[in-house]
Amino acid sequence: MLPERTNMPLQSFRIGLAQINPHLGDVPRNIQKHLDVIAEAETQGVDLLVFPELSLHGYFLEDLVAETACRLDDPRLAPLIAASEGMSILFGMVEESADRRFYNSGVYLEAGKVHHVHRKVYLVTYGMFDEGRYLAAGEHLRAYDTRFGRLGTLICEDFWHPSAVSIVHADGADLILGISSGPGRGVSGESQDLRSAQTWHNLNNLYARMCTNYVVYCNRVGYEDGVNFWGGSEVVGPDGAVVARAPYFEETLVTAEISADALRRQRSLLPLLRDERLDLTYRELRRIYRERYT
Amino acid sequence: MKADTNTDLIARARTALDLNLPLTVEILYSFIRNEVHKFGFTRAVLNLSGGIDSALSAYLAAGALGAENVLALLLPYRESNPDSQADAETVVGSLGIPSKLMDITPLVDPYFAEFADMDVKRRGNVIARARMIVLYDQSVAFDSLPLGTSNKTELLLGYSTLHGDMASAVNPIGDLYKTQVRQLSRHLGIPEAIIEKPPSADLWPGQSDEGELGFAYEDVDHLLYLLVDERYRPEELIAAGFERQFVEDVTRVVQAMQYKRRPPIIAKLSQRTIERDFRYPRDWGR
Repeated sequence: MLPERTNMPLQSFRIGLAQINPHLGDVPRNIQKHLDVIAEAETQGVDLLVFPELSLHGYFLEDLVAETACRLDDPRLAPLIAASEGMSILFGMVEESADRRFYNSGVYLEAGKVHHVHRKVYLVTYGMFDEGRYLAAGEHLRAYDTRFGRLGTLICEDFWHPSAVSIVHADGADLILGISSGPGRGVSGESQDLRSAQTWHNLNNLYARMCTNYVVYCNRVGYEDGVNFWGGSEVVGPDGAVVARAPYFEETLVTAEISADALRRQRSLLPLLRDERLDLTYRELRRIYRERYT
Repeated sequence: MKADTNTDLIARARTALDLNLPLTVEILYSFIRNEVHKFGFTRAVLNLSGGIDSALSAYLAAGALGAENVLALLLPYRESNPDSQADAETVVGSLGIPSKLMDITPLVDPYFAEFADMDVKRRGNVIARARMIVLYDQSVAFDSLPLGTSNKTELLLGYSTLHGDMASAVNPIGDLYKTQVRQLSRHLGIPEAIIEKPPSADLWPGQSDEGELGFAYEDVDHLLYLLVDERYRPEELIAAGFERQFVEDVTRVVQAMQYKRRPPIIAKLSQRTIERDFRYPRDWGR
């Protein structure tokens, strides 16, 4: 049995998904865009507003990574950080470290401060993607406490590694925030849906059910050099049901209620978390580590 | 487990190439709108040959931008098949888009007169490039971006003129194989006569794509799909029962024509050379 943790349980609150189309490499214009959506979300009573991966920068930046990266203390971010006095905010940016590396980061703002930063661990460098050429990979997978309970952030390709989801889940996240700049592809008539969309909906459904967690997925829209980003942002409940889903290809603000009761109900029906054998997992992983790395 | 035969693989390619039509149209409309508007334009221009590819680009552009915002250029040469112009006029009429008819004979014939020994290929390329000159000039006059009309099959096989019909700012159909161009054209209601007629670049009398290429589009699309999209190795496909000669010819052509799909190469001298290590998206700051 998994030893229990003592942090605050997941609270009920209102989440907003800002499915936006950032301007490629234009940080000042994107900051204004964030502030506009935040103002709109305020009128809808949103408690936590989630933006997509690299929402402040755009995605296919190439050499613009180095030219547009921001430090977290960049004065241009001040209005955005100040806006989190009322509403908590997760957004994406190219974060420049003290030693001048560039990370694909998900920055969680709360109470007017930078509260948690997740640096994308699994940079995607194959096929149409080239992140590893320009960006440094994160070294941590951590859940973090917020005024809503314990959350975890993962960025796009992180989601394609079940180990990343498992770690954040084992670290106590009751709600996983997945942010993405997911290109749409696969238009075969074999499927009713865009192939990349179908895959993501499957992933979100699977992880929500396996973790008995809320999974929040915020994807962007728009086009960069002919590549479309498909949107379809969604909130999936602990039972795998879609609580809210944004349309494809359109800029939208979607809101949904996160329910503490729904999470409790699902974990009563399906006590997977209670039965999780983290000790066994750890022993076996240690054995595998010894065998493969030493 | 029994290995896949070429019949299985062809069936698989056929199924995969069968488009989700409404979804494809939605993405392409939105692509045209986004990539045209982003650069401060509201209008597009294209050369309408009377063939299926440019007809499809015209239908997509009219659907995306509105008929009044798409200018069709009809640019016959004196040896062009009159049916081509008639088919192009059918497209113009059915879409209600503005058009300009201009005979390019006076533009190219004085040049041809200088070189009596030119073969049909050279002449064909000159005609294709003369049309490009008109397209780019008219794009300025119409305050618009030139739209591409090259499909994935012809881009892979290099069956097109570099800086001629390959030239455009934005190409909505370059990731669609020829057989997919036909599906989408039917879906958008392009007249059946245009879809059904044998494909031809119409650069000289009697020219036909499939005659020149030496194979049918349907067959080569299946093969290209397996090689390019699914990354089958040529030897796997030969072992599955594809004709060796066909597979080797197509593989060789795709490789040989790679130069047409890339910008000109630059002699590297400095620390940062354009394209090599000076890399920016085209939509930079948009």
